[in-house]
Amino acid sequence: MNEWVYAVIIIPFVSAAILVVLPGYWLTARLNVLASFLTLIAGLNLMRIEAFSNSYLIIDNLNIVFVVLNTLVGVTTAWYSASYIGHEIETGRITPASVRFYHAMYQAMMGAMNVALLANNIGLLWVGLELATLITVIMVGIYRTPEAIEAAWKYFILGGVGISLAFFGTILTYLAGQQALGEGLPAMSWSLLHANAGKLDVPLLNLAFVFLLIGYGTKVGLAPLHAWLPDAHSEGPTPISAVLSGLLLNVALYALLRYKMLIAANPLALQPGPILVVMGLVSLIFAAFMLYQRRDIKRLFAYSSIEHMGLITFAFGMGGPLANFAGLLHMTMHSLTKSAIFYAVGHVAQAKGTQRIADIRGLSVSHPGLAVALGLGVLAISGLPPFGVFMSEFLILTSTFAREPWLALLTAFGLLLALGALLLRLQGMLFGEPNEPTHTVKASPVPVVVHLILILIAGLYLPGALVTWFQRAAELLG
Amino acid sequence: MNEAYDVSHFLAGLMLVVSFALIYQDRLLAVLRTFAIQAIVLALAVAWQALVQDRPNLFITAGLALGLKGIVIPLALHRMIFRLGIHRDVEQVVGVGLTMLFGLALTALSLMLVLKATASAPAVAREVLAIALAIILLGFLMMITRRNAVTQIIGFMSIENGLILGATGARGMPLVVEISVAFSVLIALFVFAVFVFRIRERFDTVDVEVLERVRGDRT
Amino acid sequence: MTSSVYSILGQGIQTLLVLAIAPAITGVTRLVKARLMRKSGPPLLQGYRDLFKLLRKEVIVADTASWLFRVSPYLIFSLAWLAATLVPTFATGLHFSWTGDVIVIVALLGTARFFQTLAGMDVGTAFGGMGSSRESMIATMAEPAMLLVVLNLALIASSSRLPVIADYLVTQPLAIRVSLALALMSLVIVALAENARIPVDNPATHLELTMVHEAMILEYSGRHLALIEAASQLKLVMYGSLIICLFLPFGIASVDSGPAAWFVSLVLYVGKLTLAAITLGLWEVSIAKMRVFRVGEFLGIAFIFAFLGLLLSFVTEELLR
Repeated sequence: MNEWVYAVIIIPFVSAAILVVLPGYWLTARLNVLASFLTLIAGLNLMRIEAFSNSYLIIDNLNIVFVVLNTLVGVTTAWYSASYIGHEIETGRITPASVRFYHAMYQAMMGAMNVALLANNIGLLWVGLELATLITVIMVGIYRTPEAIEAAWKYFILGGVGISLAFFGTILTYLAGQQALGEGLPAMSWSLLHANAGKLDVPLLNLAFVFLLIGYGTKVGLAPLHAWLPDAHSEGPTPISAVLSGLLLNVALYALLRYKMLIAANPLALQPGPILVVMGLVSLIFAAFMLYQRRDIKRLFAYSSIEHMGLITFAFGMGGPLANFAGLLHMTMHSLTKSAIFYAVGHVAQAKGTQRIADIRGLSVSHPGLAVALGLGVLAISGLPPFGVFMSEFLILTSTFAREPWLALLTAFGLLLALGALLLRLQGMLFGEPNEPTHTVKASPVPVVVHLILILIAGLYLPGALVTWFQRAAELLG
Repeated sequence: MNEAYDVSHFLAGLMLVVSFALIYQDRLLAVLRTFAIQAIVLALAVAWQALVQDRPNLFITAGLALGLKGIVIPLALHRMIFRLGIHRDVEQVVGVGLTMLFGLALTALSLMLVLKATASAPAVAREVLAIALAIILLGFLMMITRRNAVTQIIGFMSIENGLILGATGARGMPLVVEISVAFSVLIALFVFAVFVFRIRERFDTVDVEVLERVRGDRT
Repeated sequence: MTSSVYSILGQGIQTLLVLAIAPAITGVTRLVKARLMRKSGPPLLQGYRDLFKLLRKEVIVADTASWLFRVSPYLIFSLAWLAATLVPTFATGLHFSWTGDVIVIVALLGTARFFQTLAGMDVGTAFGGMGSSRESMIATMAEPAMLLVVLNLALIASSSRLPVIADYLVTQPLAIRVSLALALMSLVIVALAENARIPVDNPATHLELTMVHEAMILEYSGRHLALIEAASQLKLVMYGSLIICLFLPFGIASVDSGPAAWFVSLVLYVGKLTLAAITLGLWEVSIAKMRVFRVGEFLGIAFIFAFLGLLLSFVTEELLR
């Protein structure tokens, strides 16, 4: 049974090794999808395992959610990437040479993210996250335009700084654990640290948490540490934007949550809840305001990602079974919806040859399929029923209102602001007379459709099994 | 314990002084040389910890730090600077004097902070960690106040040096030291192979002031 | 003989000693520099001959000079001599040692500099004013570094009295102390600046625009000039003694060690001082003088070293508590 755990990690890396040596785009794209699908199967099988942990890896109710989500979005993004990048090669925006290692890097990145999600050793967690970040940095710069290089450089520097601070926090956590658990591996094992949280050295733990919050918080995109996010999303190829928003932000959040659980378990240490609440709320409102000024479509949705990650962080900061449940649900919905949006946006940009919102008009006439996909996606992410996002936002608002009415009002305000901005832009893009240029795009509708169906189902009826699943994870979060 | 403490104190203090010297330089080649010296001192410090803590695998780390960061990377950057014809002075956002004063403030701050927070850890770990944090903050300072892509890289790698110093100070921390060295290599390769050439190729300069076209929030 | 007689005797010897060897030490430096430049150089005792010559010469005072101009040389000389006698040279615990607080010495030198700068401006010439303003700028940056070094040593030895610090550093095991190394480097830089040595100022220059210290004393002649020359020589000896007593105090006797120990210590002291003078000569020949604008950076380095040394001392004290 436990082999599935290793399979989730080994399959991507082995595939990466194979993909490195294979030539030709067509073959590697298909293999990429296959490898991701196999990883998904392995991930789904993890659901059948009882909780498991050794000194390096851990499976419990919390990270199983993240792993399944990760592998699922990994498959659909790989599928999307196959047709998207194919189109980019045809139109000449990318040369085949520069995408030679693209699929190998994609798999390596998925493997690294899985390592981070499954890691019990806090050092291993850091390693996985850093490796994934570095690979996405390369992939952001793949177009080699000046803007892409600048975006990748900025991402590299800011991400690297964040990673360094997170590493320092990891060292401090180890030192804090050393008192109670002795030297060596035990003091780096998350499960042992959590079990002995009350005995950990409090000042060290506090200092460690601050560093970890800043370090991993940068990767989650919390304001004011978000500066790399819009550039990386807009200048990289769209599959990477989907990966960043749908996957990497979640993994970073997961790291943050593990540490939050650790420090919350020690009653003498500083309480992480209020800090997360504040940072989340600030990100939410800041991003909502910023949405109005965006002129680039991908940047628009990048800020939407910041906004939603802020909301999720807010929910986890509030804590308690209902808020945690809502946070998990929202995180899942956001991943699915945001990646669906990016799938649509990518093809829209290809169809119009530009990313400027002002130059995209009349999609409902020229590309009705894309228009429907984009429209539904934006309606979903704005929090309108009957989609899943509405459900999770509603839950967050009601659970917050029951405890802190003012916070709920602020949150609602931010959400409404975002709704307004997104609908405004959407209207401009969908309706009116189509403008030149309009290219045809042979895109596979499967990824978008799959995601939209999933979030629609979640909005109408959440299967009981799923609810229990999330509930158990929410319990663990405390 | 006293001898162990003394030598590690000496090496850590020396590394701190070299980090200050790194900020002080205003010529690229001098920056490279100083960085090489920092890496050599780091290698010595790690080797001493390897001796004192009786962990022979730290010797590998020391060797890698010496070889890669002390020799290979400065040499490679040196060649790259000449090949790309990078302008060899480093423009500074803030004058040297002010930068040094900030550096002193940051050092004092990090010493206070870490010493307060680590009241229960062993003396060597506390001190090394405090100085490591100071070196990390000085690396940040360098990245912020210098307008040259090469010095940003060096600042970043100097942050890494600080991290490695901190990690070795924390007694018995497994895995991570080897991994951090491996990542230094990765990042170094990364940076060389991908960015500096691309930047130079596109912009004819590595002054990062030029990288202002995509000013995040204007589009 | 009783201890107090010994201490008075020793103090008297010290007072005369520093006065007597000051010209010789400066002579050593000059000779080393000349020989390294393949000149034969002035003989060692030339300094004494110069002083006697100046004492006999006529004093010419400008019409525009005030009483300050006439009084300053005496003040400067006595302050410098006093400071030099307070620094332990061959024995600690001498009669005046209870006043031998480093801060007192800094204050004495500061007062001397104060009068020097005023005297430079007194006659109203352009060069005098320029020298005074440069001297003040250098002092502004050197003093904080000096005080930080003092603080650093006081922190280590728990007292700022020189004999106590010297005793402490002699008796404690010589551990590798980065903070002391930094303090030493900082003090050396400050000493170079205060004594108007290369790279801060060239004592042998004739070009007024490059002068700092010399510019202030351009107007002096005769016995006034002799006193000021003697004062700067004494200042050099004082800084040398300070560095030796703080960082190389091995072999220093205490007040009740007996004449034999004193003699050995005396010989050692003169030897160390001569060595320092030779090193200074070597240094001055190898380095070029800095532009005045760069002096600020140079002294800034001294400040940084002193501050870092202080921080590291503080860390060590905290940890070994």
